[in-house]
Amino acid sequence: MGGRKRTWEAISFEVVMTAIALIALIVIIAPSLVVLIVSFTNGFSLKFPPPGYSARWYAELWNAWQLHFAAKNSFVVAMWSTGLSVVLGVAAALAIARSATLSARVLDSLFMSPLVLPALAFGLSALMLFSLVGMPVSALTLVIGHTVVCVPYVVRNTVAALAQLEPTLLESSTILGASRWYTFRRIVLPLIRPGVIAGGFIAFMSSFDNVPVSLFLRDAATDMLPIRMWQDLEGKLDVTIAALSGVLIIATVALMAIMERVTGLSKRLTS
Amino acid sequence: MAAASVPRDVTSYSIGLAAPLTLFFLVFFVAPLVQLFVLSLHNDAAGAVWGIGQYVHFLTDPFSLGVLGSTLLLGAEVTALCLVLGFPIAWLYHRVGSRAQTLIILIVLLPLLTSVVVRTFAWIVILGRQGIINSTLLSIGAIDTPIRLLYTQAGVVLALAQVQMPLMTLPLITALGRIDMNLEDASCSLGAGSWRTFWKIVLPLSLPGVIAGCTLTYAAAITAFITQSLIGGGQMLFMPMYLYQQASTLQNWPFASAISIIFLLAVLAVVTVFGTLGRLSRGYGGA
Repeated sequence: MGGRKRTWEAISFEVVMTAIALIALIVIIAPSLVVLIVSFTNGFSLKFPPPGYSARWYAELWNAWQLHFAAKNSFVVAMWSTGLSVVLGVAAALAIARSATLSARVLDSLFMSPLVLPALAFGLSALMLFSLVGMPVSALTLVIGHTVVCVPYVVRNTVAALAQLEPTLLESSTILGASRWYTFRRIVLPLIRPGVIAGGFIAFMSSFDNVPVSLFLRDAATDMLPIRMWQDLEGKLDVTIAALSGVLIIATVALMAIMERVTGLSKRLTS
Repeated sequence: MAAASVPRDVTSYSIGLAAPLTLFFLVFFVAPLVQLFVLSLHNDAAGAVWGIGQYVHFLTDPFSLGVLGSTLLLGAEVTALCLVLGFPIAWLYHRVGSRAQTLIILIVLLPLLTSVVVRTFAWIVILGRQGIINSTLLSIGAIDTPIRLLYTQAGVVLALAQVQMPLMTLPLITALGRIDMNLEDASCSLGAGSWRTFWKIVLPLSLPGVIAGCTLTYAAAITAFITQSLIGGGQMLFMPMYLYQQASTLQNWPFASAISIIFLLAVLAVVTVFGTLGRLSRGYGGA
């Protein structure tokens, strides 16, 4: 009776959903693969498929001192911003994670708001504040600006890790005579460490890649890598940028693999 | 002080631990935004005359309103595409083994963690006149001359959807994971087909995830400065570039401030609407 119809219906549903999902996954991954392939071209243009393959544009990168300079600045700023985000963010997460008070919820919304508010508007407002108090743009202003937009990732991941903590573990530790500080160091910290590391990792990546805040808070002495690349791309399609993109994609994939090992990144972001 | 009044609960910590970040945010996040608002209330470029002239200028200028409108529309298109493509990914995630699950997450995460300039650059290579799509279509004889894909609205929407996909997919995966599988089985055994079960059971129960994903995707899509400017080119102007031009090139800070405030309010309005829908949907899901 209805059996055949239902089977056909179930199959059509599965096929449609799976097909869209697979197409979507291919669309997500294709651009990175395309850039990787194009970056190994032996030609001068970004034709796909390339006429032949060589690593010449990667060799070119060694001489691109402007890119080195920008990359070093981006790296230094990202390290400091991540460090500051972790110190401030973990402390704040401890305070608000297990608290249901109104102030904890208000603070949580405040700390998360840089995620949805336009970063460009924040960048402009930060520049105006710094110029008002007579603070010239520098690596320091960049670190401060980046920390504001990176801290939500640390807070969110640490709060999630704390929420999964078994209260009984902490209670038994205290009952067995451990001090609060000792319990924190030996029980809480090791258990939330993967969450903190995952949050710090995402904070680092988003600082290294930040454009809207850096755009207002840097000057010639603090040129940043994504901005340098963006400006190079607006002028012409440079194959050196393709090689640099290749380096960044490989580095990103390698870091993701390490983070998956160390922190179980994929499970952490879906729980 | 607050900590002392709370019974010694070992699992919670003093709210005072949030003080350093709160102070940091008040000085470097809230204060700049307040100052931005104050500056927007000046009629002249030097910031000496008070008034709401900048807002009047924006709200009576068809060009400015057009930029705002096209930005909000862009966000809606990207969000819709992300939802249509992202939901099946989240659905598939819960039907495969754990190794495939990890692979799916890492694929979905890749664009989020790849440099924004790199992934936008990739779309230029794909959509350009000599790009993959054009050269494929030319070689199979489907077209005679390259079609314009770069610098079109569709190109911007596609590139943004790829970039923002994790923001949609991750909350959806979480939401779908919380749905009791028995409900689907019950629906099927009571005679509802797969499609009907999907529309009547799975989708409504996943609404909190849908709304969380839509909020993040929408906010990210309309503020995506780099992708908008590189894929959209000079012809298409959206709010972030408009803001940047007024602030950086024209040095018209009061007008740039007013644009920022209007842009912020537009984002906040969307977030609030989604947030209200979210609360309603949780009530619906619990009923």
